[in-house]
Amino acid sequence: MLPDLAERFGLPRIVGVEFPFGHPFGMVHDREMQKTVAISALSLYERTDLPVRKDLRIVWPVDWKVAYKGWQPKEAAPIVAYLKNQVLNKHRKTPD
Amino acid sequence: MTRADDDFRIDGYKFLPRSMIPEFKAFQYQAGDFPQAVAKVLLKSARVTLLTSSGLYLKNRQQSFDLEREQREPMWGDPTYRVIPRNIGADEIAVAHLHLNPDDVVSDFNIALPLEVFAQFEEEGRIGSLAGSHYSFMGYQGRSSTAWRDVYGPELVTRLRQEDVDLLILAPG
Repeated sequence: MLPDLAERFGLPRIVGVEFPFGHPFGMVHDREMQKTVAISALSLYERTDLPVRKDLRIVWPVDWKVAYKGWQPKEAAPIVAYLKNQVLNKHRKTPD
Repeated sequence: MTRADDDFRIDGYKFLPRSMIPEFKAFQYQAGDFPQAVAKVLLKSARVTLLTSSGLYLKNRQQSFDLEREQREPMWGDPTYRVIPRNIGADEIAVAHLHLNPDDVVSDFNIALPLEVFAQFEEEGRIGSLAGSHYSFMGYQGRSSTAWRDVYGPELVTRLRQEDVDLLILAPG
């Protein structure tokens, strides 16, 4: 999902997918897509030239805007709401 | 970084909220040496376990992750994990995660923990075996990872060794 971060954390084998969060193996009920991602992960297991990263060329088959909104929670996560309030309060206190 | 097949790289930030991208890109952490995780057995003999951070747990049999405390303390995330047995039915899984829309993973938990796919791999002989236990935690860990470093990580490693697991696949939520 965020393979650049995974690299920074020193993972020895990484598969990169450009999927909405919450869907690391692919689309709901799409066993073929899930299988493709899983096989890609397994294909790195016997590699000895570590660390190794394989990014997949699978394009998410849903309009980006729909998918972007779709994975996000209906209500902002507590940390998001908290930080948003902090920013708002800071602006309120700032004199013109 | 070694390349597996080619130079192709995805834009891993495509689905991240735009306001978060600069923070993630500027993330300072850089690990030292990566684990020398060389395979000790061939894939066709390996026992495989899956780990998801999607907040799955067993409905009516396990406690939910503690979302109430997270609501009260937004900087905190439940660091515990749940053991998910391999032969679990879709109607036995629940999800507790305030940072994701749970609808899709409730509809098909295999998008995060593809036990059906790996059971098929076992049947086909692509892997040695699928372990009996798989693991789930809730991906938002707040501002601290000490519980995982000091308690749950070592505990999980002990469990994996007890089950003779050769390969652990981590799937982020």
